[in-house]
Amino acid sequence: MNGAQDLGGQMGFGPIELEENEPNFHAKWEERAFAVTLAMGATGSWTLDASRFARESLPPVTYLSSSYYEIWTRGLEKLLLSNGLVTEEELKEGRKLKEAKPIKRVLSADAVAGVLAKGSSVDREEHQPARFRTGDRVKTRRMNPEHHTRLPRYARDAVGTIEAIHGVHVFPDTNAHGEGEQPAWLYGVLFKGTDIWGPDSDPKLTLRIDLWEPYLDLAR
Amino acid sequence: MSAHDHDHPHDHDHSELSEIELRVRALETLLTEKGYIDPPALDELIETYETKIGPRNGALVVAKAWTDPDYRERLMKDATAAIAELGFTGRQGEHMVAVENTDDIHNMVVCTLCSCYPWTVLGLPPVWYKSAPYRSRAVRDPRGVLAEFKVELPDDTEIRVWDSTAEIRYLVIPKRPAGTDGWSEERLADLVTRNSMIGTGLALDPSSLEDAA
Repeated sequence: MNGAQDLGGQMGFGPIELEENEPNFHAKWEERAFAVTLAMGATGSWTLDASRFARESLPPVTYLSSSYYEIWTRGLEKLLLSNGLVTEEELKEGRKLKEAKPIKRVLSADAVAGVLAKGSSVDREEHQPARFRTGDRVKTRRMNPEHHTRLPRYARDAVGTIEAIHGVHVFPDTNAHGEGEQPAWLYGVLFKGTDIWGPDSDPKLTLRIDLWEPYLDLAR
Repeated sequence: MSAHDHDHPHDHDHSELSEIELRVRALETLLTEKGYIDPPALDELIETYETKIGPRNGALVVAKAWTDPDYRERLMKDATAAIAELGFTGRQGEHMVAVENTDDIHNMVVCTLCSCYPWTVLGLPPVWYKSAPYRSRAVRDPRGVLAEFKVELPDDTEIRVWDSTAEIRYLVIPKRPAGTDGWSEERLADLVTRNSMIGTGLALDPSSLEDAA
């Protein structure tokens, strides 16, 4: 979706704020927000793609004026509500008012190290050959879906070259919305900076973007 | 780089909690009462990223690549497996790719759409990496971004910006600084900053370690 998260190429945000010896967390609540988000993710109640969509579909004003762990917190609240795990009233009151909904698993302290070390791979078996080969010239689709997508606006309707073939990966556009993994070939696509930003941009800039097959067509 | 000075309390002692503090507290209490989360697991998650998983992991990978040509070759071919050799695996590092800086090429990593970052080797991303100024400009004006990080590159250096749109995570292998012949991996790793592995910095000059001592 064309939400506030799609920041590539936007202007006017000012200088980057750098902090010497920056800590992981700037307040206790950030630690808890981080850990609660991960622990709820580990219950298997939704996909990582769904959690990204929950965050990016926050109102743009909220998204841009919130710190990152605040975005996570608000996204988590949305997921809990939409999955029927909590009610609005419970969130407001901060206590249980209704019976819990059964969930797949609860992350325990002694499982943390194993769960983190294992991660969750998103590469899947190949069911059909890749449509493109390295060196192929491809054009990204012109599209403006309201659903989750990982083709940034700045890279739509642009011509690039297949540089890497990463294998078959879970397709975020469907996986974010309960429509299954629908794995698709994932490519590393090389774009010249001037093909994205125009002839007056840095001639020595090149961009690499990982893009799924459904985003691409052969360039003519 | 010294460990984070993290002994000082981050708790806000004042009795008035901010809206977000209340919100997160309410969330944790509710989810615990519902039985969806187990508070000791939260402590363990925080502790892991505070003490076990951070940029030192990546620095050891880089230092090994600098000193061991066979390892470097394995890393460039299959970074996930080569990084796993050092014991760094899992969440937000399931599909790793290493990209190497040379005299002619400088690599820089961003996630314009969210905050994708190679946790297994760099830990949690800094605030600036997740911020609108970096995410908006890294893809369009990387030289301008680098200038803010006090990095200047020759005009003819190709800048390769990697936008982490999928679950592939990129680790930049910075150039090995001159004057480090014969150094051990441990000592070399001290030169490898977090930013040099994102591409918003360079590896430290050996003289900077003497200054810090």
